[in-house]
Amino acid sequence: MLTTPDDQLRAAITPTPNFLRKRALIDKLARCILFAAAAVSVFVTIGIVYILVSESLFFFDNVSLKEFLTSTTWTPLFAVPSFGIWPLLSGTLTVSAIALSIAIPLGLLLAIYMSEYAPPKVRESVKPVLEMLEGVPTIVYGYFALMMVTPLLQTFIPGLPGFNMLSPGIVMGIMILPYTTSLSEDAMRAVPRELREGAYALGYSRFYTAIKVVIPAAISGITAAFILAMSRAVGETMVVAIAAGQMANFTFNPMEGAATITTFIVQVSLGDVRHGSIGYQSIFAVGLVLFLMTLMFNVIGFLLRRRYRLAY
Amino acid sequence: MATLNQTISDAQAHASLVRRNKNQDILIAGLGMLILVIAISTLLAMFLDLFITGLPRLQDPDFYLNFPSRKAEEAGILSAWVGTILVMIVTACISVPLGIAAGVYLEEYAGSNWVTDLIEINVTNLAGVPSIVYGLLALGLFIYAFGMSETVLVAGLVLSLLILPVIIVSTREAIRSIPEAYKEAAIGLGADQWQTTYSYILPAARPGIITGAIVGLSRAIGETAPLITIGALTYIAFLPNAPVSGDFPFINFDWVTSPFTVMPIQMFSWVSRPQAEFQINAAAAGVVLMVLTLMMNAIAIYIRYKVRRTD
Amino acid sequence: MTSFSKSTGMMKNLSSTATPVAAKRTHHAPPPASAGQQDTWLLEPTEDLRARISNLEFWYGDGTQAIQQLSMPLVDKRVTALIGPSGCGKSTFLRCLNRMHDLYKGVKYAGEITLMPENVNLIELDPMAVRLRVGMVFQKPNPFPKTIYENTIAGLRIRGIKKRAVLDEMAEKSLRQAALWDEVKDRLHQSALSLSGGQQQRLCIARALAVQPDILLLDEPTSALDPIATARIEDLLNELEGQVTILMVTHNMQQAARISNYTAYMYMGQLVEFNETDALFTRPKCQRTEDYISGRFG
Repeated sequence: MLTTPDDQLRAAITPTPNFLRKRALIDKLARCILFAAAAVSVFVTIGIVYILVSESLFFFDNVSLKEFLTSTTWTPLFAVPSFGIWPLLSGTLTVSAIALSIAIPLGLLLAIYMSEYAPPKVRESVKPVLEMLEGVPTIVYGYFALMMVTPLLQTFIPGLPGFNMLSPGIVMGIMILPYTTSLSEDAMRAVPRELREGAYALGYSRFYTAIKVVIPAAISGITAAFILAMSRAVGETMVVAIAAGQMANFTFNPMEGAATITTFIVQVSLGDVRHGSIGYQSIFAVGLVLFLMTLMFNVIGFLLRRRYRLAY
Repeated sequence: MATLNQTISDAQAHASLVRRNKNQDILIAGLGMLILVIAISTLLAMFLDLFITGLPRLQDPDFYLNFPSRKAEEAGILSAWVGTILVMIVTACISVPLGIAAGVYLEEYAGSNWVTDLIEINVTNLAGVPSIVYGLLALGLFIYAFGMSETVLVAGLVLSLLILPVIIVSTREAIRSIPEAYKEAAIGLGADQWQTTYSYILPAARPGIITGAIVGLSRAIGETAPLITIGALTYIAFLPNAPVSGDFPFINFDWVTSPFTVMPIQMFSWVSRPQAEFQINAAAAGVVLMVLTLMMNAIAIYIRYKVRRTD
Repeated sequence: MTSFSKSTGMMKNLSSTATPVAAKRTHHAPPPASAGQQDTWLLEPTEDLRARISNLEFWYGDGTQAIQQLSMPLVDKRVTALIGPSGCGKSTFLRCLNRMHDLYKGVKYAGEITLMPENVNLIELDPMAVRLRVGMVFQKPNPFPKTIYENTIAGLRIRGIKKRAVLDEMAEKSLRQAALWDEVKDRLHQSALSLSGGQQQRLCIARALAVQPDILLLDEPTSALDPIATARIEDLLNELEGQVTILMVTHNMQQAARISNYTAYMYMGQLVEFNETDALFTRPKCQRTEDYISGRFG
């Protein structure tokens, strides 16, 4: 039963000044803490840039930039060291090129299928499978490349060495396939329905609509997908570290083994390299090159993605 | 007569065009399906290969209860799975609150100014930085500049930074998907921003945030490169002090500063050995890793699916 | 017809700047004239007021002015309806009263919304303090995904009220006021989302009533409901007359006629006529009002 008189009740439900003061304080405090948390990410970037640049500066005290950029031998741990980054770049680029030559066409086709053809039910059940594929640890992919794909390839290609760039390249391509697919599909799905309907009304087939209307309209998003996949590929570590060997080798031949930038960093980290030694500094120098490469790809990808978001 | 022939040939042309289009459609759909089959069979082949190779060790209870050893058939993953759990505890404790807070700030609090733009571009970029670069950051900053050693804490820190963008992005998406009406209802009742966020927005966004945290942590579980970079590939044949003990004060944090190994690192050290017996161990460790990460992903997908169903 | 086109012509003139014409139009006691001949008409009620809006102006963040020189009284414990064609600014005006617009960047107010009897200007108050006193019910029912009980007392929790007895009593009281108590008293701790749309909207009304607001704003509260649920809400609003000061936006003139004591007709961000509901619908003072309610326009 309602017993309390109205004015007493009203007094009981009026917030006390004390509570309001406390509330305002908590509100302000929360805002500061949340901002600080958001700012952490900026400090992470500053930290990365600072560490890479400062250690690289020590490195370039000892090694001329000219040697770094023009020499074609990379033997920093030898008695007479040589510091040309080309062998590492050639390995990185070759493996990435193989990976992309698999991930891009397959990813694009799969994206066309998913966005233009697949019934919603298929799409709904395929996405989780792709996510699962993306969730497998890279070291497992590395094992897969070394222990399964390489032996398989050796039956077709006699004389293929145990460490080669082809096998990790193929596996990496499958590994980043879900990524290119979902980015390209997002871009295609952002194309307005009216554009497609216009094409269908002209009697275009589905395939023609996809090729002549959807892809051109989504081209900046699709390009972004490729560039971001590129960034993923050059930064990938474990697959190559396990299956491509760790010898720096200036070659673009996928049948040979070669070190990449990332495998070199792993190789040095596995050994016992003193802080301050040239070997230690060299991993930061090549790390800086890797960071700048991925940064460039990421920025281009970001701008392209933003462009298609703005367009529609 | 001429017009009739014309009509017939038109009709024939149309029919052949339609047939060609249909064939094209079937071709594309078939190719799409084929790629899907390749993707799915890769996943299956990977798992089956690991499972069949690793089966002898997977059946052996000692595999889960032994420390690594020079003898392949005696080596186990005890220190690795304990290490993985401990590192994940640290990672979760740092990355989840930090990521949620940053996501909430960017989605609910941030004004549109250059500071916000800077943070947003920065988060996008961090998501694309290769994991090994985080390892270099940890090596240069935590290990040498701060003089920390290769401990559970440092591993947790570097993995936290690595998955921070994942958690921030998924928090933002989860918050963005909440109808504006909830927010207006709370504000209309007199709630201030923090009350609205804490009591109404965050609970409603919980499934999405949990999904993001699980996906992020499953990525951290499988991460190898940044931990190798900080020099964590060492022979660990002991366990850190247990976090909970029977004596006062029952809880201790010694384990945080203890050296460690984790599942992917253990697997890597076995893969890099030439002897075939160690490859069996590597495969068995791979199965455990895959089961762990696939289960976490499945949970995340299930939560998302359930939420979408109830909407 | 001529007078209609004349007045829209004047509107265009007014929307660019606040001209002297606009100032003249806001006198509280318009000169007497025969029905249907006034350009604007503002009744000065004889009952006690809860608030008085004087020369209110409002601009959105992009600089567009949505409310111009709006003045009207709000009578204590009575239901006032706001009608007008869509886009005329009635919802915008409503949301000025609890400063809901302040959620968005760059909005600007001018003029006064004076709350009686304390004589505080809501425009100058902190928006949060305003919302603690002025409650609101939205177009679509928007209960929180929590229990019925928690929804009812959500406003009290926000005010830091923790005493169980007070919470329980207010929950029952406001659910009874919202004519929902008998339907939900056995399942107070079930999810509010299990209720029907009409029940959810009454729950939202209960939630707003539980904090005993000085003014209760209703933004087309029945537009998302079926006719039966609408009728129940209208009954409930009739019963609240005499207990709560209500300002309600409605797109439905019959609804305004059925439940309100006073009605205000707005057009293009301005008030055209404010009068007792009966008078406004039977003997409108302005040609524009007559055109609107007789369906010749809008």
